[in-house]
Amino acid sequence: MNAFKTWFHKLGSPPFFYEFAGYLRPWLWVGTVVFAIAGLIGGLIIAPPDYQQGDAYRIIFIHVPSAWMSLFIYGVMAISGLIAVVWRMKLAEIIAMESAPIGAAFTFITLITGSLWGKPMWGTYWTWDARLTSELVLLFIYLGIIGLYHAFENERQGARAASFLIIVGVVNLPIVHYSVVWWNTLHQGTTVRIFAPSSISLSMLWPILAMMIATKLYYGVSLLGRARIAVLERERGKDWVRQIVMEGTKDA
Amino acid sequence: MTSPGLFSGFRAILQRDLLLAWRRRGDAAMPVLYAMIVAILFPFALGPNHQLLARVSGGIVLVTVLLAMLLALDNLFRSDLEDGVLAQMVLAPQSLSALMAARILAYWLVTASPLLVAGPILGYMLGLPAQAQPVLFLSLVLSSALLALLGSMLAALTAGTRRSGMLLSLMLLPLIVPVVIFAAGAISAVEQGLPWIAPLAWLSAALALTLVLAPVACATALRITLDA
Repeated sequence: MNAFKTWFHKLGSPPFFYEFAGYLRPWLWVGTVVFAIAGLIGGLIIAPPDYQQGDAYRIIFIHVPSAWMSLFIYGVMAISGLIAVVWRMKLAEIIAMESAPIGAAFTFITLITGSLWGKPMWGTYWTWDARLTSELVLLFIYLGIIGLYHAFENERQGARAASFLIIVGVVNLPIVHYSVVWWNTLHQGTTVRIFAPSSISLSMLWPILAMMIATKLYYGVSLLGRARIAVLERERGKDWVRQIVMEGTKDA
Repeated sequence: MTSPGLFSGFRAILQRDLLLAWRRRGDAAMPVLYAMIVAILFPFALGPNHQLLARVSGGIVLVTVLLAMLLALDNLFRSDLEDGVLAQMVLAPQSLSALMAARILAYWLVTASPLLVAGPILGYMLGLPAQAQPVLFLSLVLSSALLALLGSMLAALTAGTRRSGMLLSLMLLPLIVPVVIFAAGAISAVEQGLPWIAPLAWLSAALALTLVLAPVACATALRITLDA
């Protein structure tokens, strides 16, 4: 336990994190590729066509894992954002800020695949359904966070301000979600529901789960890669960064 | 020396802000003019169809008034940050949250009250049904107060940045969506002859909550912005 604690504290130091993330990334890449290939083969080839939707349902293997990631990443950002605001940990700021573009990308993918799926199923690319609308608002929350972070000249100050906005967003997200559900049911009774997890057949479920793991691992790969660069940029005045940069230019 | 009380600080800020607003009366008229311009353009864009205009008028007035309030939001802390008044407010013996509450109240009084007069007039011009007028007014009062509270928190966050106008709207959108939903819900309910008290009660509940939390959040945001 004590060794884990020391290791965890060491992870907060930028040089150690840089090195550790560098070791971890190739393994995460391997996992991402293995699970993505398994999930895509399972989803696009092995799984049987849906009795109602035919082959069009197969977009679910991208859509649903992305939708889960769009919320999962916000959760990660909320925790690291809270740490950044309260304890002002440099690495927590980096994790929160470098997660935001990845989360925005997953949200965007969710919206695009959802609208492509909506055209054959509902007959329209976009409808003001509760789920669609709250996902769109989530995208705007991500964009606001990214925009605020880059509006500051001082990176640390920008990261703290944006972390504060993340925390405000945590309070706001459920409010938006429920008010939108309420708003939609007020006007029209028809709701198009994505079928419940329990009612999905096992042959379709395991590729989704594989894709879910693949997207999580990809998030790890992407985040650690971005965070390593961000660490180097923030610590550009330090000795250990100079050493790494000198070694890099020697090799080239 | 006894330190001045909480209320005196609140009153001093409120008096100062209202006096400053009075000295620059022209600035306070800008949001109203903007709201009128936008609302007047709608009949030209949609055509002078009475039934159509009557159906959308409540929503148009609501959104127009909220957008007009955004105009003044960007400058809420700008000049005070530049001449150092904000730093003095942070150093003041009173709690920063109380001073922020005064600032927000002044902003709401100066910006929202002309709009609250103009809103029902615009609604009438667009053919809003007469029975919907009181509900429109009530939802304008509640939603403009909510916008002032939520918006000033975001304005405090962006005070230290150079160009914040567009960013402010981007950040405000997710916060204001529920407010618009409930305010417009009340207006459309009364137009359909349905009970309209529930959405307004939700808005009032949200207002009570933000009234407590927003000044504190505003003060926290300002501290983040000021210490580099």
